[in-house]
Amino acid sequence: MTTQAVRLFRKMNGLFAVYKPQGVHWKHVRDSTESNLLKALNSCPPPAPQLALQFQLLSGGENCSSKDVVLSPSMVPTLADHPLVTGPQFHKVHVGVGHRLDAFSSGVLVLGVGKGNGVLEHLCKSHVTRDYTLEGEFGKATDNFTHTGRVIEKTTYDHVTLDKLERVLAMIQGANQKALITYSQVDLHTQEAYELAVRGLLYPHGKSPPILTGLRCIHFNPPNFTLEVQCVNETQKYLRKLIHEVGLELRTSAVCSGVRRTRDGPFKVENALTRQHWTADSIMQAIAHFRPKTDKRIDVNV
Amino acid sequence: MHVCQPCVSLLLSRPLSAALQQSTRALHQRAHLTLLQHTLIELSCSSYVLSSVDLDAAVHPSPLQEISEEEAVQIHVPSALPPESSTLRPYVDESETLSKLVQLGVNLWKLEQRPNVGSMLVRLDFDADVAPKLLLLKDLGVEETKLGQLVSYLKSKKFSKQSVAAMVSKAPYLLNFSVERLDNRLGFFQKQLGLSAEKTRDVVTRLPKLLCGSLEPIKENLKVCELEFGFRGNEIQHIVTTVPKVLIANKRKLTQIFDFVHNTMDVPHSLIAKFPQVLNAKFLRIRERHLFLEYLGRAQYQPSQPNYISLDRLVFLPDEVFCSEVALATLEDFERFQKTL
Repeated sequence: MTTQAVRLFRKMNGLFAVYKPQGVHWKHVRDSTESNLLKALNSCPPPAPQLALQFQLLSGGENCSSKDVVLSPSMVPTLADHPLVTGPQFHKVHVGVGHRLDAFSSGVLVLGVGKGNGVLEHLCKSHVTRDYTLEGEFGKATDNFTHTGRVIEKTTYDHVTLDKLERVLAMIQGANQKALITYSQVDLHTQEAYELAVRGLLYPHGKSPPILTGLRCIHFNPPNFTLEVQCVNETQKYLRKLIHEVGLELRTSAVCSGVRRTRDGPFKVENALTRQHWTADSIMQAIAHFRPKTDKRIDVNV
Repeated sequence: MHVCQPCVSLLLSRPLSAALQQSTRALHQRAHLTLLQHTLIELSCSSYVLSSVDLDAAVHPSPLQEISEEEAVQIHVPSALPPESSTLRPYVDESETLSKLVQLGVNLWKLEQRPNVGSMLVRLDFDADVAPKLLLLKDLGVEETKLGQLVSYLKSKKFSKQSVAAMVSKAPYLLNFSVERLDNRLGFFQKQLGLSAEKTRDVVTRLPKLLCGSLEPIKENLKVCELEFGFRGNEIQHIVTTVPKVLIANKRKLTQIFDFVHNTMDVPHSLIAKFPQVLNAKFLRIRERHLFLEYLGRAQYQPSQPNYISLDRLVFLPDEVFCSEVALATLEDFERFQKTL
């Protein structure tokens, strides 16, 4: 006889996406979701306590006189199953984190519950691309490439135009395409390589440095500008350094004022859960929503 | 990945050693019962002749052998309780103390996580140890003991009976303190904050944790308010009487909130002192709501201007009410905006 709590626990298997706010460590996000899931599990009614046979000294029935005390049997719930003695039914739910986001960045963070953690590991090791929106600001350079760091130098940026920026981005994109072809370990002079490249199915095999498969500028308003990036194997620090290098190429300096992940593999920002929705029922709905997509994706990869 | 439920706590907690007192009525009842059953089984069997001079039979008697009442009473029945256990579960039904504690609502599971508390609880005798303390706590006015001295001291400082009871239930470790320590603490609060006796009493009753912990973080927080934030004396007094939690809040988080509210939202000191609840709120919440209002062009925090939004309404309203009344937008818009931050 399974209780409601056990049935709910068995349903908690799968992947879902969460929108991590800026300034929050990813561990805090993982811990909050785990404690919310545990709260929902432990709020289910506990199983009925086991009954034990106890002989109690009660006054006798009509047959005996009123002064006689007789041992009479009764089924009494054992105190060993009382919730104050056993504690909560569930202590731990396995919640794993996919590709991590550092505290400065915000965006889609994929979490896996229960059996979904195995799938999550598979997803992490696969060659899924991720979409980022990078916000940059011309005019200064700091020690950690962010606008909150210690300023090292300040420069002018009046000479920067959209045209020059696009030229620099095209150059970076060309270098990355070359790297992609090298690391994908295909011989460029073959027909299969050409067909894969045409369909955009080239991806790096094994270990590779961060590679940008797509890069463009979506907003230019000096000193601020916004880039959209699709990349593989990246870290957020690399992306902030990219902004710094764009500034250097334009003979000025730039810092990054925001890194926002809009897509991690098949998980997009529209379906990510905001902080108000980090509760058990929203999470279960999100798991059910993503289940067909992740299954299909795994089949394609494998 | 198999998750073991309460078994995990069994493995992680320390083992207890069992030492049950002799005088548990339930234990005797059970022993008596097994003896009764034993003799009943023997008597109900058909005639079994006692084997006479066989030495083996005397050393290893058959369980179906008939014996006299005196010998039956002398049979020792070992208890079925485990000698060692990492939880109090096997002992709760047998021990009078533990079952009475559970019936009173004591969270045994939480207490047994602490080291050695489980062994201590199992060894307690209810009538001798536990009952007098419970009666004392109920009355809060017994004069002879040390706890009584503390309570009479608090009463001499004009704390009412209900406020003393409330303080003790929120911070039970108060009862461990000596009278001089409490005296020092109350004097410190009165001097440092410059509050009247009545207001000090009010603050301490609402947050008795102030009296329990160390005074250094509180002094630091006060200095931060005065020097870093630049609040005046009477503003600090008002803040502390409205929101005493500011005194024991985390210094870094407090600074982060104040920095955002004063520098980014451009709210002057006087307004923050008027609504000190904003210093107690979550930083992320304030940030998201302010940026949303700024995006909509409704971020007006000056009381003299039209469409003024007070700080406490900004922070304390739940999301739906905030969106519909203050921001005049839908909840979905707010969520979509949150995903662009």
